[in-house]
Amino acid sequence: MSEEKKLFKVTIDNITVEVEPGTTILNAARQIGGEVTPPAMCYYSKLKNSGGKCRTCLVEVAAGSTADPRPMPKLVASCRTTVMDGMIVKNITSERVLDARAGVVEFLLLNHPLDCPICDQAGECHLQDLSYEHGKEGTRYEFNRRTFKKHDLGEYIQLHMTRCILCYRCVFTADQLTNKRVHGILDRGDHAEIATYIEKSLDNDFIGNVIDVCPVGALTDKTFRFKNRVWFTKPVDAHRDCSKCCGEVQLWMRGDEVFRVTARKDEWGEVKDSTKGGPGWICNECRFEKKDAKDWTIDGPTQVNRHSVISQGHYVNVVKPKETLPDVMGGRGPKLLMNIHNVSEVNRPEIELSKIAGPAHSDDFKNSLDNGK
Amino acid sequence: MGVKLLLEKAHVEGIRSYEVYRREGGYRAVEKALKTMSPDAVTEEVKKSGLRGRGGAGFPSGMKWSFLAKPEGVPRHLVCNADESEPGTFKDRYLMEFLPHLLIEGLIVSSFALGSNATYIYIRGEYAWIPDILEQAIAEAKANGWLGKNILGSGFDCEIYVQRGAGAYICGEETALIESLEGKRGNPRIKPPFPAVKGVWDRPTVVNNVETLAAVVPIINMGGEEYAKIGVGRSTGTKLISACGNINKPGVYEIDMTISVEEFIYSDEYCGGIKNGKRLKACIPGGSSVPILPANLLLKTAKGETRYMNYESLSDGGFATGSMMGSGGFIVLDEDQCVVKNTYTLARFYRHESCGQCSPCREGTGWMEKILKNIDMGKGKMSDIDLLWDIQRKIEGNTICPLGDAAAWPVAAAIRHFRDEFEWHVKNPQECLTRNYGLANYADPLEVKSEM
Repeated sequence: MSEEKKLFKVTIDNITVEVEPGTTILNAARQIGGEVTPPAMCYYSKLKNSGGKCRTCLVEVAAGSTADPRPMPKLVASCRTTVMDGMIVKNITSERVLDARAGVVEFLLLNHPLDCPICDQAGECHLQDLSYEHGKEGTRYEFNRRTFKKHDLGEYIQLHMTRCILCYRCVFTADQLTNKRVHGILDRGDHAEIATYIEKSLDNDFIGNVIDVCPVGALTDKTFRFKNRVWFTKPVDAHRDCSKCCGEVQLWMRGDEVFRVTARKDEWGEVKDSTKGGPGWICNECRFEKKDAKDWTIDGPTQVNRHSVISQGHYVNVVKPKETLPDVMGGRGPKLLMNIHNVSEVNRPEIELSKIAGPAHSDDFKNSLDNGK
Repeated sequence: MGVKLLLEKAHVEGIRSYEVYRREGGYRAVEKALKTMSPDAVTEEVKKSGLRGRGGAGFPSGMKWSFLAKPEGVPRHLVCNADESEPGTFKDRYLMEFLPHLLIEGLIVSSFALGSNATYIYIRGEYAWIPDILEQAIAEAKANGWLGKNILGSGFDCEIYVQRGAGAYICGEETALIESLEGKRGNPRIKPPFPAVKGVWDRPTVVNNVETLAAVVPIINMGGEEYAKIGVGRSTGTKLISACGNINKPGVYEIDMTISVEEFIYSDEYCGGIKNGKRLKACIPGGSSVPILPANLLLKTAKGETRYMNYESLSDGGFATGSMMGSGGFIVLDEDQCVVKNTYTLARFYRHESCGQCSPCREGTGWMEKILKNIDMGKGKMSDIDLLWDIQRKIEGNTICPLGDAAAWPVAAAIRHFRDEFEWHVKNPQECLTRNYGLANYADPLEVKSEM
């Protein structure tokens, strides 16, 4: 380093951290990590101008800086407020902040359908996490919730505005990643909606990234809709040579079947930087069209936070246990007591379980209703 | 008869035309400023005058001008905020309609002080006929050498452009106005950076209300110190009040901020008393977003002193027992008016006008409106009143722009001062549909707590 840079000291919930000038309070808190980090529904570090809208990241500034130690009168959006030297910030240690945040969560859930049981985002939904952490059970809202019709934005993306929290992330993505402005907000107030003008389809190569940035289930991958729950699929890091993007992705697999392809995400749910530098946005071809494990070189299982529901049944660094069954059986092989297919009418009896090579595949268990077609 | 500075010539025949306006002493301020003063000296005069922003917030204008960043080689802009959309406020319309040249004159002087070579008037879409009046006035001023290149040989160039809005209350918020002026969706920006540093097209910008800019003309003509002698305390100069509601003489009045609220309502020079001999029940003294006050608190402060029509006196007692000067939209409610219905109407307005950008305002305004509608229709519950209070508390201060506060304050004040009436609506669901709560004790003299 040629020149010693002056770092700003900022104290968040009594933890002091030194950050570069120009860092926002939120990013300073992310450097500390853990529960002092305010939640962020609309801020996305990889998108310029994002943030400031959802108001979940509000914090109290108890002292502006060493030079001017006056507190700020209002709560500030930590994602858009830069730190000053000697700033003292209160997040979870401030009653005011927790109260305001509970209010914001209530407002966000007011018109949200809470259809998590049928929502593809469930399990990796930021709004779900936020409401578990800061929300109340039950609602004080006694009116009909706002609903919208579902729209197809092109071949691969479905927009379900009913779930949208208007974070504007997808608008910024469409603006900044694609060279055409095709996607924006119509109307205002509580009937504002994300839309393309007169249902124009979105066909840019990078438009699929709007699915990754959506914090809720408003923008979903049509190739994955209702195919599986995210916690039943196991994420693995993989890559391929792609002429359009970095080609570094996460495959969401079950058995050897690729259910879904997404960009790699960091601990804040944002797209990671690729190894080639720059945010690792992926192209539509990688995301939607390469659904075969053969297309990819698998790097290994993705590290998933153990608190995440996705870590259920997902093992990292698996150690294969030694074969205990023959030990227990004293060298004898296991004996089939009853073939369940002989008594079950659900599955096709002509398929013998033991004949299936490898783990069962959904093709093997097509509902009998499909047979007639 | 109070001092008149802005509307002095409003009734002169043909004052809208350049010839008459010039004959009546118009454009003297431009001559004085451009020929004898430096831009900084103009700003200094405005500072000395103590002029406070007339749009609602009451921020000292000279101070705002001195915050303007002046980086080398970057153009600066002055934007005139004529997006007067606050319910109850129509003073700017009157000014622009009858005295367009006064605004143009103020704009030229202010542009000179701020170094703005391209100045914009952003006018609300609903004022469909006024842009033509302004453009005519601009054309006349230009033809007579008050605009264009090298005005009066001072080397100062200035053009004024009129931009029509599309009809959105939110575009009266200065950063939303700037976005809209740039041709984008009128969403307020997140501050900082403030417009004084990064405004229109990321250039330093000052946004001022129509009346503020018009007031620059008398300030330059008479000098800042003379101007500061009018009025009282930090409320200097004159203020336009647009009075409406249940009064005998609704209209735009110019007051010098030394008269009492009682005099303003009851004297024949101003509102001329309550219509049809009714009694005063409540009043919103500064445009729909300021707290509503019951008659007793409107005429006297909580300390038992007379309340005057100026910034300090109207806000005496804070939000607990006071209100705000706001934009000067004086709305009077008589004993036949229903505060619940009034609050519902305002809540409906704010719900409709919320831009939908930040969650507390987007969701909260709609929720408040629905609850208020229920109470108004006799379907309310006692718990709804506390719920309303809680919602407004969670909106206020937590939004990007002041629209959230503006939506929360009227609801908060209505519940604070008129809780009896809300409860009566809940307890008498049938009766509230057929008759109003009436005056009750809202005009009773207040018990003054003696200070120990």
